[in-house]
Amino acid sequence: MNITLRAWRQAGPSDEGGFETYQVSDVSSDMSFLEMLDVLNERLTLEGLEPIAFDSDCREGICGACGVMINGRAHGPQAATATCQLHMRSFEDGDTITVEPWRAAAFAVIRDLVVDRSAFDRIIEAGGFITVATGSAPEANLTPVPKETAETAFDAAACIGCGACVAACPNSAAQLFTAAKASHLSLLPQGGAERYVRTERMVDTMERFFGSCTNHGECEAACPKQISIDFIAMMNRDYVKAKVKNRGNA
Amino acid sequence: MSTVRLDAKTPPGPLADAWDNHRFSLKLVNPANKRHFKIIVIGTGLAGASAAATLAELGYQVDAFTFHDTPRRAHSIAAQGGINAAKNYRNDGDSVDRLFYDTIKGGDFRSREANVYRLAQLSLNIIDQATAQGVPFAREYGGLLDNRSFGGAQVARTFYSRGQTGQQLLLGAYQAMARQVGLGTVKLWVRTEFMDVVLKEGRAVGVVVRDLLTGEITSHSAHAVVLCTGGYSNVYYLSTNAMTCNATAIWRAHRRGAAFANPCFTQIHPTCIPAAEDFQSKLTLMSESLRNDGRVWVPASPDDDRPPRQIPESDRDYYLERVYPAFGNLVPRDVASRAAKRMVDAGHGVGARKNGVYLDFQDAIARLGREAVAARYDNLMEMYNRITDEDPYQDPMRIYPAPHYTMGGLWVDYNLMTTIPGLYALGEANFSDHGANRLGASALMQGLADGYFVLPYTIGDYVAEFLNESPVPTTDEAFAQTEAELRERISGLLSMNGNRTVDDFHRQLGRVVWDECGMSRSEEGLDRALTYLPDLYEEFRSDARVPGDGESLNQTLEKAARLEDFFELAMAMCVDARHREESCGGHFRVEHQTPQGEAVRDDEQFTMVSAWFWTGDPTRPLLQEEPLAFENVQLTTRSYK
Ligand code: SF4
Ligand code: FES
Repeated sequence: MNITLRAWRQAGPSDEGGFETYQVSDVSSDMSFLEMLDVLNERLTLEGLEPIAFDSDCREGICGACGVMINGRAHGPQAATATCQLHMRSFEDGDTITVEPWRAAAFAVIRDLVVDRSAFDRIIEAGGFITVATGSAPEANLTPVPKETAETAFDAAACIGCGACVAACPNSAAQLFTAAKASHLSLLPQGGAERYVRTERMVDTMERFFGSCTNHGECEAACPKQISIDFIAMMNRDYVKAKVKNRGNA
Repeated sequence: MSTVRLDAKTPPGPLADAWDNHRFSLKLVNPANKRHFKIIVIGTGLAGASAAATLAELGYQVDAFTFHDTPRRAHSIAAQGGINAAKNYRNDGDSVDRLFYDTIKGGDFRSREANVYRLAQLSLNIIDQATAQGVPFAREYGGLLDNRSFGGAQVARTFYSRGQTGQQLLLGAYQAMARQVGLGTVKLWVRTEFMDVVLKEGRAVGVVVRDLLTGEITSHSAHAVVLCTGGYSNVYYLSTNAMTCNATAIWRAHRRGAAFANPCFTQIHPTCIPAAEDFQSKLTLMSESLRNDGRVWVPASPDDDRPPRQIPESDRDYYLERVYPAFGNLVPRDVASRAAKRMVDAGHGVGARKNGVYLDFQDAIARLGREAVAARYDNLMEMYNRITDEDPYQDPMRIYPAPHYTMGGLWVDYNLMTTIPGLYALGEANFSDHGANRLGASALMQGLADGYFVLPYTIGDYVAEFLNESPVPTTDEAFAQTEAELRERISGLLSMNGNRTVDDFHRQLGRVVWDECGMSRSEEGLDRALTYLPDLYEEFRSDARVPGDGESLNQTLEKAARLEDFFELAMAMCVDARHREESCGGHFRVEHQTPQGEAVRDDEQFTMVSAWFWTGDPTRPLLQEEPLAFENVQLTTRSYK
């Protein structure tokens, strides 16, 4: 198939950036979207041009490194699919495809399609963990966890930290990412002790970087791991409780 | 070129007490003094993140470096299957001794008894630690932890989190480290790539790194340096490893004097999706658990081009069941991989490129129903469908072996120290525990054992010597010189301006290593590779093209620098494979096989570790042998017939 690609090119964080158009011919429908970019990049290199920078690593939808806006949609047209798992068979011969980086104030563009998502790490550092120093753990089977609880915790823990939720949100809010981690840990008995401190710290840190959630639900639709917005409701409830409980410590 | 004598520092006495006795004999650093010591950790996957977190908890000052944008991207995240531990929760006769024995046997008797025994012991603590961190392992209805069985074992000892065990364990370690970053005890450097280790008077005193966003090259000093940078399967270009996995840290350490052990011990995983076309950028693993219910076959006649469902039973060859009746489709990875290669090489391959074999679920679906099969494997079926656009419930899957894991790595002693004092290697970056073949569900176990429970004890014994001594300042001549060498290297790469892309050379290198030092090796082929590779490397240096500059994000430059190291490592692999005149585990020399095509070890000559030292010529490293003594297990021939 033949594709017209409109790709965002930006030399660096302070560069203005803009779209460039490339004709990509002989695209196989079995190629992944990123392999199509690889092929274009090799061609650009040989033509003496600079290849399009983009992040990717595992190319099987688990590391969260990849992620671009494709025709205005985070990770492209296919539901529950990270950019690296998208194949060209999702497009038609002759299509024009627009590819851009995540757009969010907290995710500065570094170059072309590469953005800085390190604000996510700040949220985890603030409280996205269970405090248990190495060696201090009790025997694993001392604490039974109901199967259903473990499964729900896992659903939340499946987040890959890609940032699509933020990119898809009209407010650039990071509620879904933050709630996924807060819920994963708070649902488990092991994470119970720190539940409210954790939520408060994570949410407060999140608000330093990201916009406010007004319940659009775009995040859930864009999420390649189908993290449910129900977790946001849970985090919000915990946050209100935390404010009450932790008032004494403020 | 002088070499260090290899001293494995294996503790004397009975195996079961060795680690306890050894820990007792190690020097301790008192808690107040630990904060005077600075440790650099390179790589923040399972081994690196767990080590950084634990060292910081103990009070050390830690600087942790990753070239990713966040530690959570490390390739450990992609491990699907699970993690072994000898908990014996199933009451099926498991024990530390049995896990030890299975691992030693699975490694084809080419690993150190004491290391493997310690690994089996620590497996228990890992499960406790991870569970307390909130790793959502699979549970039974009663709320207790569930287990499953995995290739090469007759007990169910594998703990798992759906098909994403590596992800959940990595996130546990990452979060433990993030907590320390928040507390200010770990300083985290992201998008910062290790480029070289700095030595002074023979000791590792720091590192030189490159900021991938600005190209800035800086020096960092410490009392000790810990490499946790994973394996080198990407030397084959196509592998199941993530795109950026590379050998640079371990190879640069090797060039500075660290011995590289058993580079030819690589693992080829039998169940991956075959390459589709030349643009293929990496290969995807289909969990080995599929072999529990899928049957492997090829058309009995090489010329049979009918679609699989039109080939009647009588014209199919279920070759694993035919040749290995006792284990059938469940033979270990290396055996299954070689059998697939034999069939494809003999012209029985399937698919448009005739480069795979069938893995068929038709019988399982008839026996259990589609729903039951879906309950077990639906995520894998879906992943397969997504990639190939074929429906594996309808037609059989096509699979073929692919490089997956490397057992070889930096030589380390029992304390995980390399032959360079002050330089440690953990996880897949070292060679220590898997011998010539790694059993399923033991990579996660080893990475975490090293990081959480081994290094944090052993490192104190080394740094204790330097109490009251600050790290060598980065103004020292040793740093300036290493930086200058690196700057020169980078400007060399940027000025090549040739006619071929870096990926193109990498693909070509990969094909050579795959053909001559992949699933089977021969003296003739290895000689061919050793003549060809230096020329190809020269060609790369004169004809590759790296666009852009060194002062901003330049992904081609990163690849080119890593590829240089893969070139040299490939030569070391071939030298090692040529020297090891036997077949063992993942290393199969065609000259050493039974008439039925099974591997033949030479215990007389090769019950040893090949530790290679850099001489300046990658095709002529210097060999030192570490003999392996088996006092607790009997060397037997693996038989799965
Ligand atoms: S919640 Fe979903 S979209 Fe957001 S970072 Fe996690 S996986 Fe990505
Ligand atoms: S590259 Fe890892 S999720 Fe896409």
